[in-house]
Amino acid sequence: MKAKDPRLLVQPSPLLKQEMTTAQTMRDVVYALLPATLAAIWLFGLGALLVLVATILGAVLTEWFFSPREQRSTRLQDASAALTGLLLGLTLPPALPLWMAFLGGVVSIGLGKLIWGGLGQNLFNPALVGRAFLLATFPIAMTTWSAQTNGEGFFLWYPSNLALPFMQPQYDAVSAATPLGLMKFEQQPTSLLDLMLGNTAGSLGETSGLLLLVGGIFLLLRRDIDWRMPAGILLSVALFSAVIYAFDTTRFPDPLFAVFSGGLLLGAFYMATDPVTSPLTPGGVWVFAIGVGFLVVVIRLFGGFPEGVMYAILLMNAATPLINRFIQPRVFGRK
Amino acid sequence: MLALSTLFKRSFSHGIHPDEYKDGTARLHSQRMPFVDRYILPLHQHLGAPSKPVVNVGQRVRRGHLIAEPGAFVSASLHSPVTGWVRAIGRRRAPGGRYEQAIEIEADPYATQRLDVDRPPDWRGLSLDDFVSVMQQTGIVGLGGASLPAHVKYSLREGVKIKYLIANGAECEPYLTNDHRVMAERPDALMRGIEILHNLLGAEESIIGIELNKPDAIEALRRHIPPDRPYRVAPLRVKYPQGDSKMMIKSLLNMEVPAGLHAADIGIIMNNVSTIVAIADYFDTGLPYIDRMVTVSGPGIEYPANLIVPLGTPVREVLRFCGGLRKGTKEVVMGGPMMGTPIASLDAPIIKASSGVLAFTQEETARPKEYPCIRCGRCVEACPYFLNPSKLARLARARLFDQIKKANVMECVECGSCTYSCPSGIPIVQLIRAAKSDIRSKKGKA
Repeated sequence: MKAKDPRLLVQPSPLLKQEMTTAQTMRDVVYALLPATLAAIWLFGLGALLVLVATILGAVLTEWFFSPREQRSTRLQDASAALTGLLLGLTLPPALPLWMAFLGGVVSIGLGKLIWGGLGQNLFNPALVGRAFLLATFPIAMTTWSAQTNGEGFFLWYPSNLALPFMQPQYDAVSAATPLGLMKFEQQPTSLLDLMLGNTAGSLGETSGLLLLVGGIFLLLRRDIDWRMPAGILLSVALFSAVIYAFDTTRFPDPLFAVFSGGLLLGAFYMATDPVTSPLTPGGVWVFAIGVGFLVVVIRLFGGFPEGVMYAILLMNAATPLINRFIQPRVFGRK
Repeated sequence: MLALSTLFKRSFSHGIHPDEYKDGTARLHSQRMPFVDRYILPLHQHLGAPSKPVVNVGQRVRRGHLIAEPGAFVSASLHSPVTGWVRAIGRRRAPGGRYEQAIEIEADPYATQRLDVDRPPDWRGLSLDDFVSVMQQTGIVGLGGASLPAHVKYSLREGVKIKYLIANGAECEPYLTNDHRVMAERPDALMRGIEILHNLLGAEESIIGIELNKPDAIEALRRHIPPDRPYRVAPLRVKYPQGDSKMMIKSLLNMEVPAGLHAADIGIIMNNVSTIVAIADYFDTGLPYIDRMVTVSGPGIEYPANLIVPLGTPVREVLRFCGGLRKGTKEVVMGGPMMGTPIASLDAPIIKASSGVLAFTQEETARPKEYPCIRCGRCVEACPYFLNPSKLARLARARLFDQIKKANVMECVECGSCTYSCPSGIPIVQLIRAAKSDIRSKKGKA
């Protein structure tokens, strides 16, 4: 056999294709959010779609603009910027002026991610950094919630969406309070069915509990997210609110209401589970999740705003390096 | 029925579930590879010291003759796999890519190739110490991958009492089916080998651990268990790396071998099923370790097979027997796809540790695009030794050897579960492997 041998690679094992890629994980999260996103567009009309487009554009363009030329295409292909834009958009009120939404997307990626060194380096969840920025900068616009159009006025959009930068936006009369606001300031509960179906006012993505759950279960089945994170957050919120509820059943929300209202489901399934900003080890995830649950209840109870998921997650993000340092896996064969 | 029982089988934690790719060869009966004209026998195909040649160039050797003796206690003998003439003793290509001392033997094409060996001793009359020295003369090494000369395991430390003998038939590496075929085709020989070891070691129970994906082997072995002997077959979940010795002990006995110790230190001897069959063969006929079963498979192979190959056969000849490499073959690996070594030249010979010869194409060898680590923790959840592979990889890249040692890098068995599970395509185990060998070589110099 004198035929020439093929040129052989000498590449160390393992030689099996990897199980999952980062880009695929990101895309999975986008797919999981699709039902809730479509529902938001249906419930709040075209204005909601415009807000989402603005945040995604802001995020993606920032990533593109600030990336080295040769890395632009790969960085956009991992879909993480688009996902950040989508997540940010889902935390915003539907009538938000588009320029604010766009700016939020820019800040999310710029201050939330790129300034740290890009994918994998940031300490805080980028989408929540963007939202915190918007809430601090435009407190009125960020807390003006619109009543739903329920699909009837699908092609209606909110005049305030098109407000010019730095001008006072005009709000129409149909504003409404979120379930958490109603509970906090007027002790008026919302029925669980309304919370599940999204028949409430609120930011785009936090209205339909049911669809968020469906997407979350999809992610769990695909093993894209760690089940401990949503389980830990939801259970600890339920537990801590149950304790408070036991003190005064009229002033404080019951545990189920606490779990299904506001941005908790969105936060628990889609934001706290961000791998970059959450702990590495299962034990660390439990600490993180219970910390988030505790802070959510405390902020909702004592804070000036009715909602506290954003700050709870951001605070625990800050604690993540510490958690990672102290909670390391126990080596096999060591006590 | 089998699927349901898998769910409830006790197993080690973590690990991964790669596709098995065993269908191509799992039902192929083994066949004997014909003799070729030249054999290359590296003197260092086991852990420990190299063997020392006891033949001269030009000397005639017969199949089964001793050609190299152990160079130290942790070393093995080497026997001629063929009747012919010693043609050279010098440096030849070894599977790892380097040139190593080897004995080259030219086969006599007109010889009968009958085995020419002495009658083996009766194992019943042997003490454990005698057994150890007999084993060192057989050339048998651990065939599970590490190639520790077999006798070393049986020279127990003072005061150690063996409770369990475990025959490891997990064969958790994808593609490989050689252990599977040995168990399905030669359950009687495996039982004879277990009988020998069980009695000589004075074990209380002998367990054969097999992954559930080999139901025919499980069936065959169950039928061959002699009545009223404390032997049992234990089916195990199909999970990688089930065949790692500490993981299998965890799965079978729910015991954790303390870090830094060996299974023997807590009263357990584990051997690969092929090793045990080799021991049985030696005591049946005096056959030293000169042939081994090799799974030839992978997308680059025309006719996959389970071959019984004389040691020293060049990989080129094995591939030719199996129809040659297909077009588009990019890489040939000796061993399994998870832990095997790539071979740089088809001149490299089959050695005692060669459980498989696998040929891969572009699809398997293409390196994924590498993204930054997003600290998702998948590698942490895959690592069966509960290490933090992402951290080890980061430290290995930064060449922070002190820190990486503190992070228990030496506990890593290099199973590759971390690289397989990494969504960012980071070559974690490759980095760790390189760091470990750097640490070892530094130690050697100091």
